[in-house]
Amino acid sequence: MNEANDSQRELIAFRIGRQEFCVDIMSVREIRGWTPATPLPRSPGYMKGVINLRGTVLPIIDLGARFGLETSEPTARHVIMVAHIGGRMVGLLVDAVSDILEMNDASVQPTPDVASDQVKTFVKGIFSIDGRMISLIELDHILPQVEAEAA
Amino acid sequence: MDAFEAIKATFFQECDELLADLESKLMLLEQGQTDLETINAVFRAVHSVKGGAGAFGLEALVRFAHVFETLMDELRGGRKPCDTVTIKTLLRASDVLADHIQAAQGLAPPVDEERSAGLVHELELLTHGGEAPPVVEEDEDDFGFTPMAFDAALDEPLADLGGSGEIEVAASEAQTGWRVLFKPHSRMYGSANEAGLLLRELGRVGPTTVSVDAENLPTLDILVAEEGYLTWTIDLTAEVDEKVVREVFDFVEADCDLTVSPLGGAPALEFEEEPPAVLPASDDLDVAALLAKAAGAAPPEAPAPAPAPVAAAPEPAPAPAPAPVPPPVAAAPAPTTAPVPPAQVAAPVAPAPVTIRVDLDRVDRLINVVGELVIQQAMLSQRVLESGLARSSGIALGLEDLELLTREIQDSVMAIRAQPVKSVFQRMPRLVREVADMVSKQVRLVTAGEDTEVDKTVVERLAEPITHMLRNAIDHGLETPEDRVAAGKPAEGTVRLAALHRSGRIVIEISDDGRGINRERVKKIAIDKGLIAPEAALTDEQIDNLIFLPGFSTAAVVSDISGRGVGMDVVKRSIQALGGRISISSVPGKGSTFTLSLPLTLAVLDGMVVSAADQILIAPLPAIVESLTPQESDLHYVGGVDPVIRFRERFLPLIDVAMTMGFRDTPVVPNEGVAVVVETEGGQQAALLFDAIQGQRQVVIKSLETNYQQVEGVAAATILGDGRVALILDVDVLVTDMRRKSGRPDFKLAS
Repeated sequence: MNEANDSQRELIAFRIGRQEFCVDIMSVREIRGWTPATPLPRSPGYMKGVINLRGTVLPIIDLGARFGLETSEPTARHVIMVAHIGGRMVGLLVDAVSDILEMNDASVQPTPDVASDQVKTFVKGIFSIDGRMISLIELDHILPQVEAEAA
Repeated sequence: MDAFEAIKATFFQECDELLADLESKLMLLEQGQTDLETINAVFRAVHSVKGGAGAFGLEALVRFAHVFETLMDELRGGRKPCDTVTIKTLLRASDVLADHIQAAQGLAPPVDEERSAGLVHELELLTHGGEAPPVVEEDEDDFGFTPMAFDAALDEPLADLGGSGEIEVAASEAQTGWRVLFKPHSRMYGSANEAGLLLRELGRVGPTTVSVDAENLPTLDILVAEEGYLTWTIDLTAEVDEKVVREVFDFVEADCDLTVSPLGGAPALEFEEEPPAVLPASDDLDVAALLAKAAGAAPPEAPAPAPAPVAAAPEPAPAPAPAPVPPPVAAAPAPTTAPVPPAQVAAPVAPAPVTIRVDLDRVDRLINVVGELVIQQAMLSQRVLESGLARSSGIALGLEDLELLTREIQDSVMAIRAQPVKSVFQRMPRLVREVADMVSKQVRLVTAGEDTEVDKTVVERLAEPITHMLRNAIDHGLETPEDRVAAGKPAEGTVRLAALHRSGRIVIEISDDGRGINRERVKKIAIDKGLIAPEAALTDEQIDNLIFLPGFSTAAVVSDISGRGVGMDVVKRSIQALGGRISISSVPGKGSTFTLSLPLTLAVLDGMVVSAADQILIAPLPAIVESLTPQESDLHYVGGVDPVIRFRERFLPLIDVAMTMGFRDTPVVPNEGVAVVVETEGGQQAALLFDAIQGQRQVVIKSLETNYQQVEGVAAATILGDGRVALILDVDVLVTDMRRKSGRPDFKLAS
């Protein structure tokens, strides 16, 4: 019983295009609507720029673009999840936040081999709820320089 | 135990200050200023260290300090001459003293016995002319009881107190009893309290003598019955705590003037001189202050035979310590058995600026909040402006005042963090001595502008690059004494370390009068290491700048001191991380000068707000020379492609910022925009092309690195009045970046 509790986690599920992903709820600080960002010169395509979050300069990463998915220009209906990643605060641009899930670690399946390397870098595993496939995201590799260090 | 550790930590903190003081005074001695006052200052510093160390049982430190102190005592007694040999020894002794303190803190391994003993011997030789060392033990017991308040007492000739008054206070404290001055206000009667009951209550504590002063009692025709006119003076002769006395008046304290003073003490005497009834409230404060002073200064009266010379020294009471020696420092380490807060001990010393120690976190928090305030204030102003309120409206005027206030607050807060670079410069003489010894060169360090103030963060991070460059200057820059003499220079080389303010930045110059950069060799090494192409044609300036390339080292022999080849590029990077620049100029045979230029603060910046391709950008004002509208006739194209603009008969590269930064793909037509002529730290000029200039304002610097990473061409970010983020341009990178784009494949720039 205790063991089950230990591995019980709450996750925030969100949508990018038609796919569903989720991250640990503990790493998400707040969720807010999209506001136009100030673009950064010579940054990767998935870097949408920076916004002002109550005095903090918050970099915005288009999570879909980061995963190599096709994305469209963000609108007011898009959502920014403010997340803690390794001591930094980062805004993650997603289409919509859909759900809060409770999940047991045991139900996570490893990422199938069919996935591309880019996907496998970020997806820790997949699991299904009500027939939907949801990918569990590992946020540690989202920021470019963190990725560089890991390489 | 924790409290003890805390005091110990304070002691070490003060040791650092004492050491800095010691060092600076020794430097004065070295420069020939061997007056009694300077020698005394040195003596005091060493004595303070010794006193504190004794209280904490730091034996090794005490022993060493004692020998040091003994020699200083001989010097100030005029029994030994303060000659060059002595001063050199003293300087080295101060280094070892510093090592001992480090070791006592556990920050460094124990001091090399031999080195310490060697110096002890040297010091003793100078003191006694070779006598057997005096027995240290006999003094040791006294250390705990010779608190530094002693020095404080020497520093201030007790003018405030008058020696006699002090003794009286001390004596009265031995007596038992209190004099209570009690003047009820009307409010006290109003809340149904009765003076008589209180007096009776006080009578239960001990025998009392009560007298009433009715002098203020008006004639009946103007008497207001509810008013309090009477003042009681109660002498209580009972051996009780002051608290017990005050407890009696606990419920009415707010509604009366209450003064409790020791019976027969000096303060009480003072009352007798004045009619008690007219005692203003401020006198109460005086009493408290006097008591505090008495408490602080009393220890010197304690029989402390201490290291005899201190008390016996026929010292013409020195004038209040010289300005650069804040007496609190000398007084502070008083490790009295009861931990007297430094501030209290320092209180009586009038001429010294009063300081408090504040946790840096608190200051930083304040600075952050003020930064937010500035942004918020700007946002508010903008909203009001947008709302279409007249400029003369009350709100707009109020906002203007608010803006002035905000700025003042910001400046004041920034001033809290500003510190003189002295703290860094003071560490350098020792370094220079050691490095000079190691490479057997004679070096004189000249410092200037130590009082130049700059943000604390900048000061702290300056130490390493300066250390590095001084080492380099001595190791690589200066020649050996023989070579110098052969070149017709004095055998002793000079290294100059100077700080100054220049156009809103602090500039640190490190120059030597050595051989200068050997350009032939530098170039050859760069080619050998594959840093540049063999056929590259470089200007002298470019060759000089090669030494900043990673992995470059010119020393033929890799010495202990420098020459591991990580030197200058690390220095360059650490300076760049601070938003600073480094440049070098060198004249063969005459020497080299390194110039560091750093922002005064890392928190705010005066900037010009410009727009480029719908983006708002900030150009740092200090870099801007002039702005102009490009005229068709001034525009030319080098090779038909690269635009240049004629500016004061010179052609400057014209850089389309929006395009360089990737905000737009097609260049803007130059004469539809605005050109801003900027100058890099290296003195290079270029014109930046923007769409329009929007204004000028102070912006709060927000690091991009906190949550993201460094972005090329962007120094930092800020938040505009409308709440959006704007990027602050890194002018130097933009300009040099443009140069690289213009193509120089033979020269790999370090970036």
